[in-house]
Amino acid sequence: MTRPDLVIVGAGPAGMAAALAARDQGVRDILLLERDQHLGGILNQCIHPGFGLHQFKQDYTGPEFADQYIREVEAAPEITVSLRTFAARFAPDKTLTCLRPGRVDAIRARAVIFATGCRERTREMIPIPGTRPAGVFPAGLAQKMMNLEGLLPGRTVVIAGSGDIGLIMARRLTLEGARVQAVIELQAESRGLARNVVQCLEDFSIPLHCRHRITRIHGQNRVEKVSVAAVDDDLRDRPGTAFDIPCDTVLISVGLIPENELLEMAGAAMDLKANTPVVRELGVTSLPGVFVAGNAGNIYDLVDSVTRDSERVGQKAEAYLRGVA
Amino acid sequence: MKPYDILIVGGGVIGTAVARELSKYKIKIALLEKEVELAFGVSKSNSGIIHPGTQTPPRSLKGRLCLAGNRLLRSWAQELGVHFKEVGELIVAFREEERAVLQRIQQDAESLGVLGLKIVDRAWLAEHEPNLNPEVKAALYAPSAGIVSPYRLVYDLAENAQQNGVDLFLQHPVSAIRPGRGYFEVVSSGSTVFRARVVINAAGLYADEVARLVGIQDIVIHPRKGEEYLLDKKRENLTRHLLFPLPTPTSKGILIIKSSDGNPIIGPTAEPAQSKEDLGTTDAGLAKILASVQKMVPTIQRRDIIAYFAGLRPVAGDDFIIRHEAALPGFINVAGIQSPGLTAAPAIALMVRDLVRTSGLTLAPKRRFQRHRKPSVHLFSRPLSSARALVRKDPAYGDIVCRCELVSAREIRDAIQRGARTLDGIKFRTRAQAGRCHGGFCTTRIMKILAEELGQPPEALTKRGPGSEIIAKSRDHDPA
Repeated sequence: MTRPDLVIVGAGPAGMAAALAARDQGVRDILLLERDQHLGGILNQCIHPGFGLHQFKQDYTGPEFADQYIREVEAAPEITVSLRTFAARFAPDKTLTCLRPGRVDAIRARAVIFATGCRERTREMIPIPGTRPAGVFPAGLAQKMMNLEGLLPGRTVVIAGSGDIGLIMARRLTLEGARVQAVIELQAESRGLARNVVQCLEDFSIPLHCRHRITRIHGQNRVEKVSVAAVDDDLRDRPGTAFDIPCDTVLISVGLIPENELLEMAGAAMDLKANTPVVRELGVTSLPGVFVAGNAGNIYDLVDSVTRDSERVGQKAEAYLRGVA
Repeated sequence: MKPYDILIVGGGVIGTAVARELSKYKIKIALLEKEVELAFGVSKSNSGIIHPGTQTPPRSLKGRLCLAGNRLLRSWAQELGVHFKEVGELIVAFREEERAVLQRIQQDAESLGVLGLKIVDRAWLAEHEPNLNPEVKAALYAPSAGIVSPYRLVYDLAENAQQNGVDLFLQHPVSAIRPGRGYFEVVSSGSTVFRARVVINAAGLYADEVARLVGIQDIVIHPRKGEEYLLDKKRENLTRHLLFPLPTPTSKGILIIKSSDGNPIIGPTAEPAQSKEDLGTTDAGLAKILASVQKMVPTIQRRDIIAYFAGLRPVAGDDFIIRHEAALPGFINVAGIQSPGLTAAPAIALMVRDLVRTSGLTLAPKRRFQRHRKPSVHLFSRPLSSARALVRKDPAYGDIVCRCELVSAREIRDAIQRGARTLDGIKFRTRAQAGRCHGGFCTTRIMKILAEELGQPPEALTKRGPGSEIIAKSRDHDPA
């Protein structure tokens, strides 16, 4: 059993920013756990620009933004990084059980920050009826396929939902030679940033159908088409508006769900609807010495806001450690 | 020409159970499956209930085989290393006057031979099924109901059958069957010809079409669709028993099912299907299921749903059709195996064995039948203390690929080495991609492992066989 002062679960922007802030306040024994083989989290697959405009007054890509933190984390002797490490259990006494290749460790921290990010809402959560062929992807998975693995998910694409990842992927797929037929949005306007609607859809003449929904996915083995209908303000299908769009791929970009299953496991007070821990102030959960930072606590639009707030959570963790020391 | 004593058409739970049972004897057996993997037909949508024998007519073939199968399955599961759990079931009544219906179900089941039944009252239910709607007045409790993973049962049956000499042919649809003198010629996949003395038709939804190849016209399969919805594993303890409403004339109703993997399942619906490929789910199906299960357990929420699917029951009249065709010696039909087919499977296998004897084939027991199969490892079903020993033995058990369901790289590789060829095949065997993120985080990693193990480029990988390729092209290859 190792007993570091502070354990941070997740080394995306939130986890790294919190770790550096805690270090700056004087915490000397920080363990940063990351399940991937690299630091940086989801930023690594966000190769588009628009990151760091507030924080650094620079227009960085995701990996460039992450790199600002990665260099500092790697250079910090107070921060131990453990890659390919998966935190599988969390107990109320602040013991984390972690698996990594060749090892299972119990780690009992004096304070813990969960910077576990979020997952995508899936087709299954909306839910879209129909068949379950190949070619239906969460937009973030499609982004990972394209930007990290060099795989093109499909050639003719319909995007369900106009979240930022979906908009970014509409442009990305178009640039890689796929044809994006339409973006279908249930709400009256896009859920994404205005600049993304302009730069990712309008600039490429990709139609955005607001107040519409995909009523059915068709195709036995691979997606063949989707049925779409307009909906009224109560989100009921408007009769006579149904039409089909042929496509081999459907991307789902209908929102994000904070990942807090470990906190829930340990009995933290939860807002089950948002899947976030109940916090009495930024980052402070109902369990003493247990904190939440970044998208796990609240879904952010901009990474600049994530790192800004996560630094404050890192400082709170240090204050807690000082208080109990 | 491939000569066999017995040729089985269909690699679902019936085909593989029959293959495993017959592999105890000194005969050559081939099993042909049209899909790229086993259990990709009717069996993959099975809910995994091992029924106690309630709600099957006492004088029916399926009632008798269900009861026998429920008993046999326990030893089969133990031999195969499949996890069977006896959880019990409750058939619930909301009105006092429905007690009479429960009593009738109890009498019918008792005359069939089901043991341990009792009608339980409100106080019992409050103690033993705390999330049940307090308006439920009484329930029939059947302690011998259980659960098993339907696909893993099929895979493990097949693996054990192969250990005992059965030859497995995947992607081998049967296109013609020519009766000869004392044998059949079975044509598959264009031009491959098998020769067998006995043909066993266990072709599920397509059993009628296979029967028609030899001129048998009286079997007609009417697929009946069932939509099912899976809940998050967080709701594993939603119920302690399988919960049934009072049955309707065509189905056991919409249930709350405990599953072997932990995720509760709600459903199924029962509607006539438009075709044998009609596997779509519907808004109406979901609404009906939610309304129905929320009546039994009001805390079930729509946001608990993480996955859904539809399956088709191969309905051919009211009962199973299991018979040796006297006019066509050596041809055995096993058709119309709808619910409780999974439960009955071991008993069906024994019945088919007896029909094989009737057909004139001598069945001499093998001196060495490998009854036991080494159980597959599933990290998610073990306490972490035992995971520690595994990881020490093989580091790849600590390399977590699917974080929602806790599946390691080693388990993925094992699944492929044991026959998985597709993403669905890996999912059914290991649960990787079956959790709340639905493969959002692990799909690319699984694709890499699959490509590496199969020696294929990523664009050749499929979800469930040819035509369901996952991606359009990769950086290094462009098939277009």
